[in-house]
Amino acid sequence: MYKIARDKLPALFQLLASEQELILPINSGNQVNFGLWSEEAEVSLDALNSVKSPKDAFFPQGEDLYTVKKDGKKLSIELGSLKEQDFVIFGMRACDYRGVEVLDKVFLSDPVDNYYKARREHGTIITMACSEPEETCFCKVFDIDCTTPGGDIQTWLDKDALYWQPVSEKGVALTAKISELFTDGDEEKVEAMKKATQEIVEKLPYADLSLKGWGAGMTDEKFDSPVWENLADSCLACGTCTFICPTCQCYDIKDYNTGSNVHRYRCWDSCMYSDFTMMAHGNNRTTQMQRFRQRFMHKLVYFPTNNEGMYSCVGCGRCVGKCPSSLNIVKVIKKFEEKGE
Amino acid sequence: MSIENKEFKPKIVAFCCNWCSYAGADLAGSSRLAYPADVKIIRVPCSCRVNPMFVLRAFEKGADGVILCGCHPGDCHYTTGNYYTRRRMSLLFSMLDFIGVENGRTRVEWVSAAEGVKFSTTMNDFAKKIHSLGENVRLGDIRCKN
Amino acid sequence: MQELINKSKELLASGSINRVLGWKAGDLSYNPEPAFFTSEEELADFIYDDFCAANLSKFMIEAAKKEGKTLVFLKPCDTYSFNQLLKEHRVDREKAYIVGVGCSGKLSTTKIKEQGVKGITKITTNGDTLEIATLYGDKSLNRSDVLLERCHVCKGKEHRIYDELIGESKETSDRDKFKEVEMLEKMSPEEKFAFFQQELSKCIRCNACRNVCPACSCRKCVFDSDKFDSAQKLNANSFEEKMFHIIRAFHVAGRCTDCGECSRVCPEGIPLHLFNRKFIKDIDELYGEFRAGEDAETVGPLTSFTFDDAEPQEAVERG
Repeated sequence: MYKIARDKLPALFQLLASEQELILPINSGNQVNFGLWSEEAEVSLDALNSVKSPKDAFFPQGEDLYTVKKDGKKLSIELGSLKEQDFVIFGMRACDYRGVEVLDKVFLSDPVDNYYKARREHGTIITMACSEPEETCFCKVFDIDCTTPGGDIQTWLDKDALYWQPVSEKGVALTAKISELFTDGDEEKVEAMKKATQEIVEKLPYADLSLKGWGAGMTDEKFDSPVWENLADSCLACGTCTFICPTCQCYDIKDYNTGSNVHRYRCWDSCMYSDFTMMAHGNNRTTQMQRFRQRFMHKLVYFPTNNEGMYSCVGCGRCVGKCPSSLNIVKVIKKFEEKGE
Repeated sequence: MSIENKEFKPKIVAFCCNWCSYAGADLAGSSRLAYPADVKIIRVPCSCRVNPMFVLRAFEKGADGVILCGCHPGDCHYTTGNYYTRRRMSLLFSMLDFIGVENGRTRVEWVSAAEGVKFSTTMNDFAKKIHSLGENVRLGDIRCKN
Repeated sequence: MQELINKSKELLASGSINRVLGWKAGDLSYNPEPAFFTSEEELADFIYDDFCAANLSKFMIEAAKKEGKTLVFLKPCDTYSFNQLLKEHRVDREKAYIVGVGCSGKLSTTKIKEQGVKGITKITTNGDTLEIATLYGDKSLNRSDVLLERCHVCKGKEHRIYDELIGESKETSDRDKFKEVEMLEKMSPEEKFAFFQQELSKCIRCNACRNVCPACSCRKCVFDSDKFDSAQKLNANSFEEKMFHIIRAFHVAGRCTDCGECSRVCPEGIPLHLFNRKFIKDIDELYGEFRAGEDAETVGPLTSFTFDDAEPQEAVERG
C-alpha cells in the first residue's frame, strides 16, 4: 500500500500524462465526464458517477472501421487504425470496472473484436473506491464491493491523501515507474474507510433489492409475463438509459458519404430506438413494450444465461437518476417482485 | 498549415429559383457578364423549396458561403413562396449568427429574370465577402475536408 | 392531491372516462413517473407533488389513439402544449377531459444535487423551504434555488384550455426570459462559438430532448429516416452536434411553447431552451409578439407573412 498527499495529485497526473494518455473525470460545462487530461482541465474526483460511463475509453460511441477512397475510377480501402498508444484511465468506480468486465465477455470472446482488444491491451485501469454512495446506488445487489474496486491499481481517497495499491502486473509495472511520488500508506486507515463506507452501503434505499426470479435460464418465466404490459407506458423511447449505461454494448454500423470517400463506422445503438436491429423485412420488435422488455431481459436474463450467471447490470444508478420519465431497472425488478412473478 | 501558401478558393453555393434568378443567371451569361467560377448554382423550383437543412448541408459538405436567390417579393411564380423564404431565412441566419458563425456567409437576394447585371454584381460582391472571411471552419464536417 | 384522486375515481366510476393520465409515485422521494390509471386500485399510487414536472400533453398524442376518453391533469404551462397539439390535429379534444391542476413551480433534482446534496432519503416541503434528509445528515434548501429553469420564467397561472380546474396556482416568474439570450447575443462571434461548442460537445444524441418535446410530434422524425445521410445516433463531430440542435429548434420554431422539457431532461444539462428562446425572441421582435399555444386557432408566424417583413440581412444585422 502506497500513499500520496492530495495536493500532490496534480504532479501525479502530470507525470502519468507525460508517458501516456491520461483519462479521468473532468468537469466541463458543469457536467463531469471522463476526458483527456490537460493542465487546464478541471479534474473532479469527488463526483461519484460521471454522466456518461467511462466505457467510452474502450468502446467509444463512434469509431471508423474503414474508409473507401475513390481516386478516379479506382477504389481503395483503408482500415481504421487500432489503438497504438498506451493510456491510463484514472478514477473508475467499482461498478464501472465491473462494466468493463461485462464488455470483456462480449468483445473478447470469439470472435474477438480487434478494436476493443487493442484498447484493452493498451489501457491501464486505476479504480477509486467510493466513500459517499448515493441513494441511487445498488452495486451491492450484484455482489460488487465499492470499497475494493479492483482493476490494475485500486485507490482510496480521503480528504488528505490518495492510497494506492497495485493489483495486477500492469499495475505493479506502472507503479514502479512513478514510485518516487509515493510514501508508504497506512493499511489500517484504508480499512477504517472501507468499513465506514460499507456501513453506509447497508443503509442505502436499494440495499435489500432482491434478484430472486431473475438470472440464467429464466427466459420462459419472464418473457411472457403480463407485468411487462404497462411498465413501458411512459417510456419516451429515447436512448438516455442505454447511452449512459456502463454495460450496454449494442452498436450499429453505418456509412457516411463525404462526396469523395465513404466512411464505414460503428456507433452505439439503443434498443429503445424504433430502428434497432432493423432488417430488410422490417423490425422484429414493433412496440415500445417489446423494446423496453428487451433491455431488461438482456441485462437480467439473457446475459446471465450466456455468461455463467453474470448480470449485465452493475447497479451504478445512472439510469435511475437520468431517465426523463423516471423509469429504471430498479422499478422493473420491484414491480415483478410485487406482482409475485 | 499549408493553407497560407495556397490561394484560398472559396466554394459558394447559390440556390436559384427556376423562374427568376436562374433565368437572371442565364441572362448574365448570355450578356457576357462575368461572375466568379467559385459560385455553383443549384436550381430549385422556388426559393421556398430551400429547407434550412439544405443550407446546413451545403456548409457540411464544404461550402464557404451559401446564397439564396429568388423572385422579388410580390413576383413569386407561386404567388407567395418567397415571403415564406424571407421569414425562414431571417430566423435561420439569425440562429447561425447566434451560435457564432460569421454572418456574412449567408445571404438572400432577390434577382428577377431581367436582372442579369444584378445577378453578376451580387455574385461578385458575395464572392468578395467570402474571400475576406476566409475558409469556413465553424460549420463544416471535418470528414468532408479531404 | 386527494381531490384529484376523488375526481378520477368519480369519473372512472361514472364511465365517462376510460382512463386517467397522471403521475405515479416513484420509489425514491423525487421520481414520480407519468402513468395511465384504469381502476380505483391503481389510483392508490397516484401522486401530485413538487416533482411532477413531466408535461403530460405529449402522452395525449398516444392517448388520442386509444379507445374512449382520457382524463388528463395539466398544469397551466402544459395547457399551452395541448393547445398547440390541438392546432396541429395531433390530439383529439373530444377524447380528452382536461383537469387543470394548480402549480406553484416544480423542482429540479439536478439543481438539488448541484447544491451538494448527496444520498437523499426524504424530501419534505415546508413553505418556501425544502427539508432534505440524507444519509450524510439533514439539509435545508430554499425552494426558489432549486426551481426548474422554466419556472423562473413562468407563463402565469392561467390554464389556457380545460374542462374544470382543481387547486390553486402561484406564479413563480422572477426572471426575464430573454436575459440569457441577450447576454449571448452581445458576445463576440468567437465567444458565442466557444460557448455553444462546449455545451453541444456534451451531447450524447440520446434524443431525450426530441422525444419528450410536445412540439416534436412527427410520426417519423427526419433524423430517424434511413435515407438520412448523417450519424443519427452519434455526435460524429462538431457539425453533427450543431445540425441536430439547430434543425430541431427550427422545426419547432413558432410552435414551441417554451415548456422547458428539453432542458429538464437533458442528461448532460445542456441549456437547450436557449435555441428555442432565441427563435421566440426573433419572432417577437420581427413579426410581433406571439406565444404558441395561447389558443388553438391563431396561424403560426412561420406559416404566415406580411408584405413588409424584414429582409434576412436586416434581421441578422439588427444587433
